[in-house]
Amino acid sequence: MDFLRPATWADALAAKAARPGALPLQGGTDVMVELNFDVRRPAALLDLSGIAELRDWEEDGPVLRIGAGVPYARIIDELGARLPGLAQAARTVGSPQIRNRGTLGGNLGAASPAGDGHPPLLAGGAAVEVESAARGVRTIPVGDFFTGVKRNALESDELIRAVRVPPAPGPQYFAKIGTRNAMVIAVCSFALALDPVRRAVGTGVGSAGPTPLRAAAAEEFLAARLDWAGRGPLDAGVAREFGELVRAAAAPIDDVRGTAAYRRHALSVLARRTLGWAWDEHRADTAREAS
Amino acid sequence: MTSPAKAAPGRGGVGDSPVRPDGTLKVTGEFAYASDLWTDGMLWGATLRSPHPRARVRALDTAPALARPGVHAVLTHEDVPGRPVFGLDHPDQPVLASDEVRYQGEPVALVAADHPETARRALADIAVEWEVLEPVTDARAVAADPDAHRVQERGGIVRRQPIRVGDVPAAKQAAEVVVSGEFEVGIQDQAFLGPESGLAVPADDGGVDLYVSTQWIHKDVAQIAPCLGLPEDKIRMTMAGVGGAFGGREDLSMQIHAAMLALRTGRPVKMSYNRQESFFGHVHRHPAWMRYEYGASGDGRLLYADVEIVLDGGAYTSSTENVTGNAASLGVGPYEIPNIAIDAVGVYTNNPPCGAMRGFGAVQACFAYESMMDRLAAACGLTPVEVRRRNAVSQGSRMATGQVIDSPAPLAAMLERVDAMPPPPAADASDLRNLPGGVAQTTHGEGVVRGVGYGVGIKNICFSEGFDDYSTARVRLEVIGGEPAALVHTAAAEVGQGLVTLKAQIARTELGVDRVTIAPADNAVGDAGSSSASRQSYMTGGAVKAACEAVRAELLARAARRTGRDDLSVSGGVVVSRAAGAVASVAEILGDDAIEETREYHHRRTTALDPVTGQGDSHTQLALCVHRAVVDVDVELGLVKVVELAAVQDVGKIMNRLSLEGQIHGGTAQGLGLAVMEEIVVSGGVVRNPSFTDYLIPTILDMPPMRLDILEYPDPNAPYGLRGAGEPPTLSSTPAIVAAIRDATGKALTRVPVRPEHIVG
Repeated sequence: MDFLRPATWADALAAKAARPGALPLQGGTDVMVELNFDVRRPAALLDLSGIAELRDWEEDGPVLRIGAGVPYARIIDELGARLPGLAQAARTVGSPQIRNRGTLGGNLGAASPAGDGHPPLLAGGAAVEVESAARGVRTIPVGDFFTGVKRNALESDELIRAVRVPPAPGPQYFAKIGTRNAMVIAVCSFALALDPVRRAVGTGVGSAGPTPLRAAAAEEFLAARLDWAGRGPLDAGVAREFGELVRAAAAPIDDVRGTAAYRRHALSVLARRTLGWAWDEHRADTAREAS
Repeated sequence: MTSPAKAAPGRGGVGDSPVRPDGTLKVTGEFAYASDLWTDGMLWGATLRSPHPRARVRALDTAPALARPGVHAVLTHEDVPGRPVFGLDHPDQPVLASDEVRYQGEPVALVAADHPETARRALADIAVEWEVLEPVTDARAVAADPDAHRVQERGGIVRRQPIRVGDVPAAKQAAEVVVSGEFEVGIQDQAFLGPESGLAVPADDGGVDLYVSTQWIHKDVAQIAPCLGLPEDKIRMTMAGVGGAFGGREDLSMQIHAAMLALRTGRPVKMSYNRQESFFGHVHRHPAWMRYEYGASGDGRLLYADVEIVLDGGAYTSSTENVTGNAASLGVGPYEIPNIAIDAVGVYTNNPPCGAMRGFGAVQACFAYESMMDRLAAACGLTPVEVRRRNAVSQGSRMATGQVIDSPAPLAAMLERVDAMPPPPAADASDLRNLPGGVAQTTHGEGVVRGVGYGVGIKNICFSEGFDDYSTARVRLEVIGGEPAALVHTAAAEVGQGLVTLKAQIARTELGVDRVTIAPADNAVGDAGSSSASRQSYMTGGAVKAACEAVRAELLARAARRTGRDDLSVSGGVVVSRAAGAVASVAEILGDDAIEETREYHHRRTTALDPVTGQGDSHTQLALCVHRAVVDVDVELGLVKVVELAAVQDVGKIMNRLSLEGQIHGGTAQGLGLAVMEEIVVSGGVVRNPSFTDYLIPTILDMPPMRLDILEYPDPNAPYGLRGAGEPPTLSSTPAIVAAIRDATGKALTRVPVRPEHIVG
């Protein structure tokens, strides 16, 4: 196995173009486990952890642009106020050591349906900035990024450069079911984002289908039924129906971590609960709208 | 009672809590585990394992593997130098499979290569032609019709042990209250963090030197020697650093394999399993199916127990006979029941192999009998504590085996003490870590209901059923650098429990010296028995005490000759006369001479269980633990946060409080794991979760703070009056936690581990 360690982004793109089979490596928290257990033996590893620019985030007009190599620990510490849903999800990733190493870019590259970063990116309307040496940069809406179980929309010569995500315009929540109280892969997970300005709702569902997915019908239903301006109490029937629509959007399977029936049930509960928290926050948060 | 010797106060004698020598090294990552062994010129061994739970080996071609550069040997069953099978109690497990494999992961071939990656690739080069057979996986079907489901030559049944006391049919007529239930326990794994590892070095005399992480050096050697075709004295075994055991190292893993490769290649060979292989490299806790029916008077006094227990041992015997014996003899727990019918049976299947694990047959039964006590409490309108108190054994009670408990068994008092403990406060919901789900934020308090449950367990300490259980210690006292120094040598395995620390404490107390060195454990000294059955403080502690007493007697005899006094004792390195005070230093008495004594310590003999009635004085010592569990359950999502675990345990004598508390915490945590998360999930004999990604063990956010109340009711038969302590908390924490979840949810919950689906379903 060859080990490629480009020093610059341009070198990385050139290397990927020359060796399309090279497996990109960021924190190694996923890739190295698979290598150690002989799950895969790529011809080459393309270590991106030496490329400084991938480890930065910045404000880029209306969005936050998070480099593919920013570890979860920094997302929690530095972006928690502006991307609360993503930070909550990051907080559930592995252990402190894993959060120091693991990155959003690696999560997207692996494209696991259970990836903790995916649901908040779906709910928050993120896009993935990818690049190749031959064709330059393109931006893929995260909803189009996941194409199958552990498959994504990257071409063989492309690398993930950054994630572009708008700062939360309103309340965001992430909730994840595991059969242990820490360090656990999602049995299922749910992210909710409310946009009181556009009166829009975003959702993301994890570990309940071949890819992370949005519950589009639930989003539309809820956006139409919430009392955005009046900020009245949440109608229990609306919350329940939202939960049912999220349940209907899921396409889970039975596996060693849980049953499909439990996942559907749990998603309906998580959808209802996160909506309750988000709406309470919206009702309390008159300052945000006034500003 | 005055002792003729004692450690100076606070100098690390019995009852003190000196810091263990390996503690800092382990915490800082510097401890050398068996997987860290290294020697120049060594080769790496690797094992080809069956992917099928049952299959015939039609053909096996090692030539492509041998042709790979860097490969030094490829061995199959034809290369086993001696007896082709091994086993703890019956040699029925092939060293390498010949015609048929009987469990997924059974070793088939071995490779030695100059690099672990080369060895791994060579395994893939070995071509095996399998004829896949339908596995036998239904343990109850085997129990019902063993001849129709024979897995190996020994048949379908490992052991059937009945217990018959009184007249159960008559008692059924008399009972005013009857409760019944079926219960299941899934396969728990020891999940030790240090995988099976060791180094085999060929010796000039044609033998082999082995450095391995094991639980029982002499039993290993006794099993290895016939398979290698060597006399036992050609095998020298030294303990390597152990990263946990819990029973999983009592059976052999890589020992014979590494020795075969070393003897064949003439080179040192290291073998170290990775995490996935480790799940196939050792036996697990027996899964169990159990049917219980209890009858009682209206006021909750038990009249009869009618019990059926089926334990699945997998394809080979391992410890299943004794696990089955324990499940029978301890099948109704520490309760007085005048009429008992128990049928415990251990069977062979093609499921994962099962054997020793902390609690050893008593864990499974404890989940069932404690669940039954709660059912009885509910049926009689009593509290869980009261129904247990009314039926509790005490000194003088008869166990189900007819054995009279002849040392303190203060169960009623223990129940009252745990009941009197103040309840923990309500959870502070402002910190997600205090709620079910933790920072995964599944609730801010919605759906969370508190529950409280109790569990009681009784465990036999030391080996039972007539086994001549003993340990050996050699103690040497001499003067080094002007100071008296003791050297303690045993073959007892330090598997993390703190025995090395305790042996030094005993030597300090018995010899009245400060400086004690513990020699590495090896088979240059006599057998110490296994580090299992909570027995090493008792047995090797007893042996060290006896050897020290012999050394001390010789020392004081010499001092008496020199001083003409016969009222001597030794303390702080000084020989003291009761009448005249200090008369000589130990160094003066010894001079350049050394005193060395070796002693065996045997516990009092036990008897076998009658094969028809299950009666017999089968246990040397019994130990009790009581738990109260407080849980918060998210009843809508089925997620559990154990809020507090309180335990009352009688240990006879606190030898080292720090180590003891660690044992109670650890045993309780292992019981928590079984209650709510730990299970090897098997489908058609195939393991579905051989990784720490999917075999979950408790984290610090799952294991709550504990409230401990440790009692010291001395056992007059045991050294220092101590009672083995490592296993009892593993029994009682599981049923206590499940009872608390039932209390919160109202669900029957008859299977462990409890999964979220069971709570919301």
